[in-house]
Amino acid sequence: MDYFLQQLINGLTLGSIYGLIAIGYTMVYGIIGMINFAHGDIFMIGAFISLALFLLVTSVLGFAFLPVVLLIVIVIAMLFTSAWGWTVERLAYRPLRGSFRLAPLITAIGMSIALQNFVQITQGARVKPLPPQIQGGITLMEGSTAAGDIVVRLSYMQIIIIVTTVVLMAGFSLLISRTSLGRAQRACEQDRKMAALLGVNVDRTISLTFVMGAALAAVAGLMFLLFYGVIDFYIGFLAGIKAFTAAVLGGIGSLPGAMLGGLLIGLIEVFWSGYFTVEYKDVAAFSILAIVLIFLPSGLLGKPEVEKV
Amino acid sequence: MAESDTNMPTSLQKPVGAQIKREERAEAPRNTGPGGTGNKLADSLRDAAMAAFLAAVLGFFLIGIRTDIAPGGLALTTRWVAWIVSILVVFGGRLALSLLVFRADHPVTETLGGKISSLSEATPQLGKWLARALLVFALVLPFFFTTFVPGRDRQFIDLAILILTYIMLGWGLNIVVGLAGLLDLGYVAFYAVGAYSFALLAQFFDLGFWMALPLAGMLAAFWGLILGFPVLRLRGDYLAIVTLAFGEIIRIVLLNWYEFTGGPDGISGIPKPTFFGLELSRGDDGFAAFFGLEYSPIHRFIYLYYIILVLALITNFVTMRLRRLPIGRAWEALREDEIACRSLGINTRNTKLTAFAIGAMFGGFAGSFFATRQGFISPESFTFLESAIILAIVVLGGLGSQIGVVIASVVMIGGIEMLRNLGFLSNVFGSGFDPVQYRMLIFGLAMVFIMVWKPRGLISTREPSVVLKEKKQIGADMVAQGEGH
Amino acid sequence: MTDVAEMETPGRSAAERRWENDPVLSVEHLTMRFGGLVAVGDLSFDVGRGDITALIGPNGAGKTTVFNCVTGFYKPTEGRIVMRHGVGRQDNTVQEVTASGRRFKHEEDQGVFLLERMADHEITHKARVARTFQNIRLFGGMTVLENLLVAQHNPLVVASGFSFGGILGLPSYSRAEKAAIDKAAYWLERTNLIDRADDPAADLPYGAQRRLEVARAMCTEPRLLCLDEPAAGLNPRESTDLNALLKFICEEHDTSVLLIEHDMGVVMEISDHIVVLDYGVKISDGDPENVKSDPKVIAAYLGVEEEDEIDIPEVREDVAEQVGESTPASSPSKEAKPASGSKSKTAGKTKTNAKTSGAPTRTRKTTKSGTGKGGAS
Repeated sequence: MDYFLQQLINGLTLGSIYGLIAIGYTMVYGIIGMINFAHGDIFMIGAFISLALFLLVTSVLGFAFLPVVLLIVIVIAMLFTSAWGWTVERLAYRPLRGSFRLAPLITAIGMSIALQNFVQITQGARVKPLPPQIQGGITLMEGSTAAGDIVVRLSYMQIIIIVTTVVLMAGFSLLISRTSLGRAQRACEQDRKMAALLGVNVDRTISLTFVMGAALAAVAGLMFLLFYGVIDFYIGFLAGIKAFTAAVLGGIGSLPGAMLGGLLIGLIEVFWSGYFTVEYKDVAAFSILAIVLIFLPSGLLGKPEVEKV
Repeated sequence: MAESDTNMPTSLQKPVGAQIKREERAEAPRNTGPGGTGNKLADSLRDAAMAAFLAAVLGFFLIGIRTDIAPGGLALTTRWVAWIVSILVVFGGRLALSLLVFRADHPVTETLGGKISSLSEATPQLGKWLARALLVFALVLPFFFTTFVPGRDRQFIDLAILILTYIMLGWGLNIVVGLAGLLDLGYVAFYAVGAYSFALLAQFFDLGFWMALPLAGMLAAFWGLILGFPVLRLRGDYLAIVTLAFGEIIRIVLLNWYEFTGGPDGISGIPKPTFFGLELSRGDDGFAAFFGLEYSPIHRFIYLYYIILVLALITNFVTMRLRRLPIGRAWEALREDEIACRSLGINTRNTKLTAFAIGAMFGGFAGSFFATRQGFISPESFTFLESAIILAIVVLGGLGSQIGVVIASVVMIGGIEMLRNLGFLSNVFGSGFDPVQYRMLIFGLAMVFIMVWKPRGLISTREPSVVLKEKKQIGADMVAQGEGH
Repeated sequence: MTDVAEMETPGRSAAERRWENDPVLSVEHLTMRFGGLVAVGDLSFDVGRGDITALIGPNGAGKTTVFNCVTGFYKPTEGRIVMRHGVGRQDNTVQEVTASGRRFKHEEDQGVFLLERMADHEITHKARVARTFQNIRLFGGMTVLENLLVAQHNPLVVASGFSFGGILGLPSYSRAEKAAIDKAAYWLERTNLIDRADDPAADLPYGAQRRLEVARAMCTEPRLLCLDEPAAGLNPRESTDLNALLKFICEEHDTSVLLIEHDMGVVMEISDHIVVLDYGVKISDGDPENVKSDPKVIAAYLGVEEEDEIDIPEVREDVAEQVGESTPASSPSKEAKPASGSKSKTAGKTKTNAKTSGAPTRTRKTTKSGTGKGGAS
């Protein structure tokens, strides 16, 4: 039970990170119907920017009060990573809008390769370990049984991750459902041509979608950095695919679906590692991706697609 | 309700409109840039300044600052010079692009692109002649290199072998993606199955290359069927992502099934191919001794070269034949419109599976060759990147075009490998500069730029498989891209 | 079969019911539900051998759904669809196949196929039912000739020795391919497309694409050809040509035709038998003369929902005028005009009303003129 509870907490934490990345996939897929293959790498760039910022703020500028540091890092990392998201869209996707669907998929893969290698060249191929910054936590359960001591802990880090995710999600849902930007976005999802005829600036709306996705990926990057304490240029690939799996599982195009899918993938991965084998945890994630796409292509919260004859 | 109100044929709706739109867009910024003052140079400068500013933002944390592991944690080092250089490069590059392409009266890309397409479209014979010339060159290539660059012939023949391997893989994948229109991002799985099949058959049953080759191909085809079956219902990007997942699953299993595959250590000591029972080695019963030649290690490279050349040509021959057979036409019809196929009595399930299986079989052959050439294989050789490179070759060359695959392989693989020869650049940029490091960065960016420049690939016309009176090339805007569109 | 009997108007001769005695296709109690929505409810009709049968009805009446069920693109919720090769109802064989749980029984020139059990490609390949689509589905990037060769896929696959012989270049395949090209050329001549044989199908003008789709369907050698709005978007001349083509197909090629059509000119001129659907149920079934004068049909075509009533005086006058003109003596095409004119009115309402489609009696207020004239004729 205690082990289960601990895994549950860990799974929710990991799932929150996946969920934040998955939102980027789901929004982009919803609006232009393509898999933004480079999104995982935007997340990786977000992690690297966060790392540089963190060191800059703590060791060079000398701030020590952690909440302030985190706030500064989050805001600036979101801004700078958004610039990357915007640039990727502008360079690789916008020129191909209205073109054949394979073309943007290829440029997306090309961008993904280019971004990974760019970071590898500029930041080096070795992993970057960051010592744990946020120590401590709440002990939920303590005691000893015949099997041994049991401790279930909810670290402050995990609390921060989960709370940040919930806050961002809430804010984001409001943004999509209440603001004119959200309305423009939903209009573009339904019918881009018609939206353009009605005066929606489609290019700008799509750009903003990428910017928002990148900003959330930056937050996910920072969380990943703080939680695991290790990043390298390759983290984007696996995290990206798992986040995409999350988006598909939840129903692509649906924001709550992305979050739900993220949590489920996080839980599955953690429980799989906890109860079966760590080596095959990625196989579990990939198998779920395949199974969901084959048997439930519209996901848990998505709208089913009917084949028209 | 099941009735749709549009009476427009789908074939008219798709590509034509897109094409026109794209051309319009290409037209638009040239005439009047957004808020353009009419002054070409001033506008270009402003554009370039904005691009430079963006580069400054993007590069600030990633180029300007570098985190390194130092005693006692991580340390920041700053590289402002590199940062400023990158900004200037972007400024210059964007300015040049603006003046030469975006705002030019005769954009360089258009002239160049026009030349390429007019070459391939106006004279369909040219493609044939080019193919023949390439074939003749390929046949004499090893002797060409041993005669003209004797010092580095081994390196060049090795590069030719590498390029031919990618050409063969490209042709194999072309069946699945180019003809049948099924977007497969996990093709490397079959390459891996072929390689591991041969390695394991050699290890456990002591089979030689020629014995194992057909078996490896069959096993790969079998895996093509197994992986193809569940994904039949999927379309487009979903199909791509599931095949990617299958490719990764196979790699992870190879990586972790230590007892069988050797895990990350891989399998070594894979036998070399023999020439009708003769080993290409030094010794009395070797190839050289049998024919009374002086032993030279280059013989083995030449032999390997001819093996892959023959394998690749068989792939090409079979593909070209299949295109003219009902099954090949059914693949192309499937790419165009699956529902119409079903209404004509074509069993789409079997048709898709044959495409998967035949494509996988050629991947398996190529994998076996890879194993025998390297003598050592490990899961590291079969990452997603490999799949991406093969797919990029197929798409950049032009879907369905056999000669396009050749051109794309030579340009992408050959071009990238050529970076290894640019050692002199380190004299210019300082000793720390290693052009090889930039290989994959350039590869990725090249994928992006070629696609933006020619979204249908370099050779985008389709040749009809049967002719009544007069053969006409079919423009790319007519041809569907299947599950991917 | 009971509801067919109910619907029969008195005064039909035995000759008029020949489709019941020798049907090539029988749709029996077909029901198709999408979730809670009943697209087709308990529909039964026969398609006579050698006849041109038209399936008509307002937009959203479920015609294409019937087509999709017949050609295997949808699996019907309930009902039986029987395709027959050979003469007569073959009731014993039908019952035998139904009871045996098999999909079809086929020997020599006789055969019974239960289409609701068969996959879409089998229906074309074995039961020999071909179809065209409302929104043309050609292989746009392939040439006209290639389109027609794809249609002959199944015999050619056998001729190519399942590709093995073809790869080796055996002469038997080249002979078969030559024959296939000849057959394609025959249909290209017939559809007046022979000059465009080597052009990509997407390059053809709209009318030619429609003809090519018919030619492609004919290359599968069908016993029953299902055409989904073949005349949609055609100009009057093309429409006339199409009529001639369909008559030719019917008379010369042992092929029966089932078509969905909104153009009443085409329907009245070429059909031997008309089935009228509205909201997924059959409201009339008979030869053109009977259907034309069936009050239910007129109500369905001219009927306007209360809340849907049009308040633009010009339109109402227009409808009144045209309905007023339509005496039994007037030409069928003229009479059809108000029908197609009022199509859009009913179309708008189909969705909301679809839930009640199972119910036989529906409250439907027609325009004054519509009711008056419709009831009188």
